[in-house]
This record gives sequence, C-alpha cells and structure tokens, in this order.
Amino acid sequence: MATTIASARAPTFFDEVVAATPGTDPHLELCLQCGTCGGSCPSGPDMEHTPRALFAMIDAGMKDQVLSSNTPWYCVACYYCMVRCPQEIHITDIMYTLKRMAIKEGLYRESSASDASGFSETFIDYVENYGRSFELGVATRYHLRHHPLNAVKMATGMGFNMFLKGRMDLTPTRIKNLDQLKAILSKAKELGGSS
Amino acid sequence: MKYGYYPGCSLERNAIAYHQSAMAVAGPMGIEFDELDDWNCCGATEYISIDLLPAYALISRNLALAAQQELEGNGNQLVAPCSACFLNLKKADHYMAESPELSENVNSALAAGNLHYEPGTVSVRHLLDIVVDDVGFNAIAEKVTNPLYNLRIAPYYGCMIVRPGNMKSFDDQEYPTSLDELMSTLGAEVVDFPLKAHCCGGHMTQISESVALELIRRLLKNASDYDADMIVTVCPMCQLNLDAYQDAVNKKFGTNYNIPILYFTQMIGLAFGISPDDLGFGKEIVDAGPALAKIGAEPSPKAKEKRPSKEALPMPSMGEDG
Repeated sequence: MATTIASARAPTFFDEVVAATPGTDPHLELCLQCGTCGGSCPSGPDMEHTPRALFAMIDAGMKDQVLSSNTPWYCVACYYCMVRCPQEIHITDIMYTLKRMAIKEGLYRESSASDASGFSETFIDYVENYGRSFELGVATRYHLRHHPLNAVKMATGMGFNMFLKGRMDLTPTRIKNLDQLKAILSKAKELGGSS
Repeated sequence: MKYGYYPGCSLERNAIAYHQSAMAVAGPMGIEFDELDDWNCCGATEYISIDLLPAYALISRNLALAAQQELEGNGNQLVAPCSACFLNLKKADHYMAESPELSENVNSALAAGNLHYEPGTVSVRHLLDIVVDDVGFNAIAEKVTNPLYNLRIAPYYGCMIVRPGNMKSFDDQEYPTSLDELMSTLGAEVVDFPLKAHCCGGHMTQISESVALELIRRLLKNASDYDADMIVTVCPMCQLNLDAYQDAVNKKFGTNYNIPILYFTQMIGLAFGISPDDLGFGKEIVDAGPALAKIGAEPSPKAKEKRPSKEALPMPSMGEDG
C-alpha cells in the first residue's frame, strides 16, 4: 500500500490527490466523516463508495481501490455536497481529480463505469480537432464503440426526433483559428499535470 | 447595456431556440450582445475529467479573446447562457486568480498561441443574472404586453448557475428564487417546485442511462405533482434531458408525463408580445402547443375581468366564475 512512513515526507496518495486538485486548498484533510456528502448525492445509491467512504480510503492510502471505484464516474457534478459540506471540502473538484488519476493509472478499466472515460475522450477528440463539440459524432462514435445496441436505439428514437426538429447538425463546425488552439493545447499537454 | 456574448456549442444547434429567443428579447430589454469572435468549446464536464492543464487552457483561450475584444469597448462582462459554459469560464478565472502557479502554467500554454489572460480581467455572468440583476424586474414589468396569466410554471435552475459553494453566487445555492420572481413578473403563476435546483443527470444519459432517467423522473414527477403546465429552464443540458428523454422515462417507469420544457427567454418573449415563431417555439420535442393555447389564442379570464361588459352593474368582481 502507500508509502506513508517510508521517508519523512514522501508524497502519500493523499498528497497526490491534493496536489492535483486546482485552487489553493481543497480542504480534504478536514473531512469529519459526517456523511453529509453521500446523503446529498443524487447518484449516491449507485456508487460503490460514498464520497465519505472514498475520502477515508484516500486517507488510508488505498490507491488502487479508490482509483478503480465507480464513484467519481457516477458523480453528476451537481455540487450539492460541496455546498453542504460543513468543512467546505471541494468534493466535486476532488472527484474530477480522481477521474484524471484513474485514467493516468489505467485503473478506470477495473471499475464498473469503465466506459465513462470513453465518453469524455470521444468528446474532447472533436474539441481538439474542430474547436467545437459535435453531439452527433460524439454520441454515435461513443455508442458504436461501447454499446452498439444503444447507437441503434438512439438513431431510430431520440436522435431521429432531434434531427427532425432541426436540433442536430450532421457535420461538425470548425473554428477559424484552429492552429492557434492546437498550439495552445499541445503546449499545455507538454507542461503536463500541474495544479 | 453592452455585453460580450459566449453562446457555447449547444446554442448553435441543439438549443437554437434558446439562442433565438435570447436575441429576440435582448433589444426590448436594452441589452446589446457582442458575440465573442472565434470562441471555442468550453470542454463541458469532459475535458476536466481527462487532463487538467489543457482543460484550463481551452477555457482560457476564450477568456483571453474576451479580454482582447472587450478592449474595443463593451465593458468587461462576458455573458454565457449555458450553465456548464458559465461555470467553466467562471471557475477557470477563479482558480487562476487563487493559484499563481496554475495561472502561470495556463499562460505558458496560451503564449504558444500569442495570447495572455490576467485572471480577474473578465467578469463572467450567466444570462439569468444579467436579466434579473442588471435589467431588473421593474424594467421587465414595463415591457409586458401579453401577461402569462394562468400559466402554471415550474422554475428550474439546475445545478451549475447557483453552485458550487466556494464562489460567489447571484442567488441562493439550494433554494434560488430569481427565476420564480422573473416568471411572476411576466404574469405567470409560479408553482412550488422543491426540486428546482436538483440535477437533471447531465451526461449520465450517455454513461449510465438508468441513473439519469431516475433523476429526470423525479423532476418530472415533482413538477407534475404541483400541476405545472411547463418547466422553464436556464440551461441547454437540462432542457435536452427533460425534453428528449421524457419519452424514455415514461416507457421505463410506466408514467405518462407530457410536460413541455422551455427556456426562460422564450417566456419573456411571449410576455413581450413577440411572435412564437421568432422565439424558437416548435423545436421542443414535448409539444408546448396545448400549454400555450392557455395564453395565446384566448384572452385570459383575468384580463377579461378588467373590462366588465357594458351591461354589468358596477359591482366588485368575485373572481373568475362569471
């Protein structure tokens, strides 16, 4: 498990999570284990661990178990927990951090939400190549890869309705200065995972 | 009042009704929008799940362009009608201001495109915020020519315009009321809607449909329990989920909901007497026609009350029964 006592200040998993979360301090160390977060969570019942349990596991250095939990992927980013947390922990931001770490470590594949990152990846692929998102492309590519039956269902049902109503583009839109955006993104990737 | 305008990808197509109606009501409210030139996607809730610095660089290109464009004279305010765009832009600005290291890294990336953004330069506002706080209820009331009497509206805020808790919000974070008051100003009957700031499921319709459908069901049930004729939203994601997945909810849960989901700007337009055709009506999947018939074709009973017939005796009115 984690290298808590290995050296005086070797970064623990807890430290890594805090360092990878934007802003000055996500206050993770202040967790009281009160459970207000899980109680406020609309998708809590579908999570393998409530945020409270996950924070205790982070504290215990249970990196593999935390990063293969479906919890961050089932976070709907509604921020109710963040408003209600008596310790003002940046819970939603930490969930995003855990998603990034799970992808980096390849551990999301172990979770029951293993397709979820595929949706994000397909989405950003269009953004990186056009500068805009493209709903039809994201939905079809993602579903064809991960659940082909859904692709058929969407194309004949809801997607078709959206098309009939003139609410779906058939081709993506490209921004004018795509080269500039690409240069910025590639530099950002080069600079890497800094907070 | 002049503002920078960041439509976001949804308003280009899927939420075109939101864009059309926002443009149609801007003039009458004294608002002038200057669309941000060559804006890019904000990354929604996806990019931040994959890679932090590119996600912030993506968002900040828009902030940098807005700062540049605004030097030409439209103040420092950038308006986003989409809740996810609004939160992303606002959050990037907030965390860059809070963390000099993040700001420095984002700016190193922006420099590759000859751009720079100084956190705090642009003030990011949601469309609802400028309507209720800058235009104000009094100015709006003066423009109402076709009040929405008798229309029962459930005002739906969703999540991202009032939360998270660590940033300043223009309304209460759990029980906001600005949209309620706006709809009352337009003459509508605002119903109690306890789930008004609960989640629509966001992208979960794609990742785990059963999770999303349950969240959508709760909202539809809540609005239906209070006899709402329609749900009025401020966000393209909320509109899409409640509208396009209503049929799937009915199939899964054996329910029979038939609640149109409309944008608040469409309702402002109707009350201002703008033609429904210019407000994007008809793009909704659950037909708004029957609800609109309550205010459109026939004058409302309340409006009639004010003009008693010539035969009527000069008696105090006893309500709508006559």
